[in-house]
Amino acid sequence: MQKIDVAGLDAIIQRLKQRGFIVIGPTIKDGAIVYNEVSGHKDLPAGWTDEHNAGSYRLLKREDGAFFGYVVGPQSWKKYLFPPTLTLFTVRRNGKGLEIGDGNNPKPRDGRQEQSKAQTPKYAFLGIRSCELHAIGIHDKIFSNGEFVNAHYKALREQIFLVAVNCGRGGGTCFCTSMNTGPKATKGFDIVLTEITNELGHYFVVETGSERGVELLSKIPHQPAADVDRESAERIVQLAAQEMGRSMETENIKQLLMENLDHPLWDEVGRRCLTCANCTMVCPTCFCSTVEDVTDLTGRQAERRRRWDSCFTMDFSYIHGGSIRPSAKARYRQWLTHKLGNWIDQFGTSGCVGCGRCITWCPVGIDITEEIHALRTNTKAENASTSS
Amino acid sequence: MRDPSADSMIPKPFRIQRTRNETHDTFTMELVPKSGNGGFNFSPGQFNMLYVFGVGEVPISISGDAGDTELLVHTIRAVGTVTKAMRKLKRGDPIGVRGPFGRSWPVSEAEGNDVVIVAGGIGLAPLRPTIYHLLSKREKYGKVMLLYGTRTPSDILFRKELEQWRGRFDFEVELTVDRAMGDWRGNVGVVTSLIPRASFDPLNTTAMVCGPEVMMRFTVAELHKRGVPLKDIHISMERNMKCGIGLCGHCQYGPTFICKDGPVYPFEAVQHLFQKREI
Amino acid sequence: MESLEPILAEHPFFKNLPSDYLKLAAGCAANVRFDAGMYIFREGQEANDFYLIRQGKIGVEIYGPERGPITIQTIGPGEILGWSWLIPPYHWRFDARALELTRAIALDGKCLRNKCEEDNRLGYELLKRFADILEERMQALRLQLLDVYNP
Repeated sequence: MQKIDVAGLDAIIQRLKQRGFIVIGPTIKDGAIVYNEVSGHKDLPAGWTDEHNAGSYRLLKREDGAFFGYVVGPQSWKKYLFPPTLTLFTVRRNGKGLEIGDGNNPKPRDGRQEQSKAQTPKYAFLGIRSCELHAIGIHDKIFSNGEFVNAHYKALREQIFLVAVNCGRGGGTCFCTSMNTGPKATKGFDIVLTEITNELGHYFVVETGSERGVELLSKIPHQPAADVDRESAERIVQLAAQEMGRSMETENIKQLLMENLDHPLWDEVGRRCLTCANCTMVCPTCFCSTVEDVTDLTGRQAERRRRWDSCFTMDFSYIHGGSIRPSAKARYRQWLTHKLGNWIDQFGTSGCVGCGRCITWCPVGIDITEEIHALRTNTKAENASTSS
Repeated sequence: MRDPSADSMIPKPFRIQRTRNETHDTFTMELVPKSGNGGFNFSPGQFNMLYVFGVGEVPISISGDAGDTELLVHTIRAVGTVTKAMRKLKRGDPIGVRGPFGRSWPVSEAEGNDVVIVAGGIGLAPLRPTIYHLLSKREKYGKVMLLYGTRTPSDILFRKELEQWRGRFDFEVELTVDRAMGDWRGNVGVVTSLIPRASFDPLNTTAMVCGPEVMMRFTVAELHKRGVPLKDIHISMERNMKCGIGLCGHCQYGPTFICKDGPVYPFEAVQHLFQKREI
Repeated sequence: MESLEPILAEHPFFKNLPSDYLKLAAGCAANVRFDAGMYIFREGQEANDFYLIRQGKIGVEIYGPERGPITIQTIGPGEILGWSWLIPPYHWRFDARALELTRAIALDGKCLRNKCEEDNRLGYELLKRFADILEERMQALRLQLLDVYNP
C-alpha cells in the first residue's frame, strides 16, 4: 500500500494524458456530477457531495475539499464504452450493387479532429466506483464474451485504464452491499485510491491491481503508507458500508419474480410508472439498443446507426401492427424481472449493481428495493394465510 | 487484422436472382452472393436479417432447401415498410444478408418418429425447408404429414408444390381455409379441425407447429388432447428483432433470446411463458 | 334390412347411450347417399333430420346476394351435420351441399324429437351430446372469426 498527495493525483492525470489517454473524470455541470474530459485535478468537483433520495438529487457543499466526496451522478461510464449513438456502417449504392463500408473503425464520440476514423480512442476513467467496475464487468460478459462480440466495445475496453476510488460514504439510494458489489473495489482496476481528509492532511492511499497500474505508480511521487493511513482507509470503507441508504434481500429473487408474474403489485406500480425510460438511461448495465437507417439526399449513400433503446417504449416490442407489451405494467415488469431475475439465467449474475440511480432519477420515485420488499412481504402473507 | 466477429452487424452483399409472387401479399426471392462464389449453409428453421438499402432490416425465415447451398430462398409477406420495399426489388437488385441465426427444427431428433407439421398462413414458409429435409431422408421417419391452414384459397402458398407432395404415397397433405367462395371443394375450418382426423401415433410423434401465436396456442392444445406429450411439440416464436445476435435486447422472451435460444423451442421449455399475457 | 345399431354404437356421438335408446335411434335411422354437388338441405326448410357422415365432405354454406354462396365450414367423416331439428322453430339456418360423393346415416329428427318430449331422459342424453358439438363448433368458429392470418 502506498500513499500520494493531491499533487500526486494531478500527476496521475498528467501522466495518462502524456501517454495518449483521454482522461474522463467527474465534473460539475448543470447542478450534477457529470463524467467529462478532465485536464487536471482542478477540473474535479472538490468540496462537493450529493444527496440522493427517491426522485430527488442535489449537490451540497462539503466542509473539506474532497474530490470524490459524491457517490454517483446521473450518467455511468457506459456513455463512453457503449455510446448513445454509433455509426455501424456506411453503404454506397452504385452500378455494381452495394458497397458496404467497414464498421471496424468507429467514429469517436464527439468527432475530434485529431482522432481520425482510423483510431479507437484510449480512455482512462478516473474515479470509477466499485459498483461501476462491476457494471463494466457485466457489460464485458454481454459484449465481449458471448457468441457474438460487440467489436467497438471490445476495442475500447482493451485499452482502457481504470483509476478506481473506494467510496467514503454510502449514498441515500445506494445498496451495493446488498448486491455484493462494494463499497470496496476488489478487482478490475489498474489503480484504486481511497481519499482521506483528516488532521493528517488531504491524501490518498493507493493500491494497484495490474502491471500497468504498478508501472504508472512507479512514475508518480509516492511514499509507503503508514499503519495509521491503512487503518484510516479501512475505517472509511467500513463506515461507507454501514451507511447504505437502501437494502435489498436477494435470496431466491429470480424465483420470487418468475412465480409472481401476475401479482397485483405489478398493476400498482404500473399505475405510477410513466414509462419515461429514465431508469434505463441512467442504469449502468442496461444495454438495449436499436438501429436506424438514414440516407443522404442523393439516395446513393446510406448509413446504419446504433442507438440506445429502452424496453419502456411502445416501439420496443412492436410486431405485426401492435406492441406485445402495451401496458405500463407489462413494461415495468419486463424491466424488473429481467434486471433482477432473468439476467441471472442469461449472464450468470444479477443485472443490478446497487448504485441506486434508478431510484434517484425516477420522476415519481419508484424504488426497486421497496418493490422487491413489498413483493416478498405480500407473497409471504398470502402463503401464510393459504397454508393455515 | 480484422476481427471476424466485427462482421456480425455488417450485411453481406447479395443479389436477387429471381423473384416471384406467391399470393397478393406474399412473394418469394431467390438470392445469390454478390461475389459469385461461396454458397449458403443453414438448417431448417433458421432466419436471416435482410437489409434493403437505406430502408431497414428485418428478420425473415429461410424457406428454401438446406441441401441446395447455391441459392438462398426467402418467402416474405409484405406487411411493413421494409417488406413492402423488398417486394419492389427486381432481378439484379442488391440486398444485404446477415445470418443464418437461431435454433433449427429438430429434424434429427425426430428420426424414427411420425412427424406432424402444422402450418398456419405464412408459417408454412419456415417449415418448407423441414419438409424438404424429411422428404430427402424419407426412410428415416415414420408417417410424415402436413396440416396446413390459411385464410382463403387465394392465400394458399406453394400451391404447385403442395399438389406434388399430395401426390406422393408417403406424405399426407391436408389443407383447410378459414373461409371460401362457392367453387372451393376443399376443407373449410380452422387448422385445428384437421388434427382429430389425422392418422399419426401420438406417443411416437414429433410435432412442429408454426403460425400466428393464437393459432399455435390452440394447435398445441389440440395435439396435446390427441395425446402428444408437450415435450414432443415444437413451436417457432417471433418477437421484434433489431440485431439477430443477442445484443439489442428486443427479442427477449422470459430468460431467453428468440434470436439465439429460438426461434424454435420445445413447447415444454416455454410453456409457463406462453400462457402469460404481455410477456 | 340389416340393423344400423352396431354402426351407430361405433360412432362417438352415440357412445354410452343406454341400449334401449340406441335401439330406438337405430329404428329412426337410414343409409343415405349424396352425389357431389347435391344440396342436402336449404336455408329456411323444415329441419327434420340430422346426419352422421361416414364418407365424403359436406360444405356448410351461407348465401349472400353479391357474393354468392360462401362456405364457412366443411364437415367430414365421423362428424355430425345439423342440430336445428332439436331447437325450435326447427328450420335450417344454412345450406348444406355435398362437395364430393357422400355417404351418411340419416336420423329422423322429428321422430326422435317427439320421443324426447315423452321421455325426458332421452332428451337430456341427446342435448348433452349436442351441447358438446355446439361448444366445439363455437370455439372453432371463434378462431375463424379472429382471422389470425391477417396482419
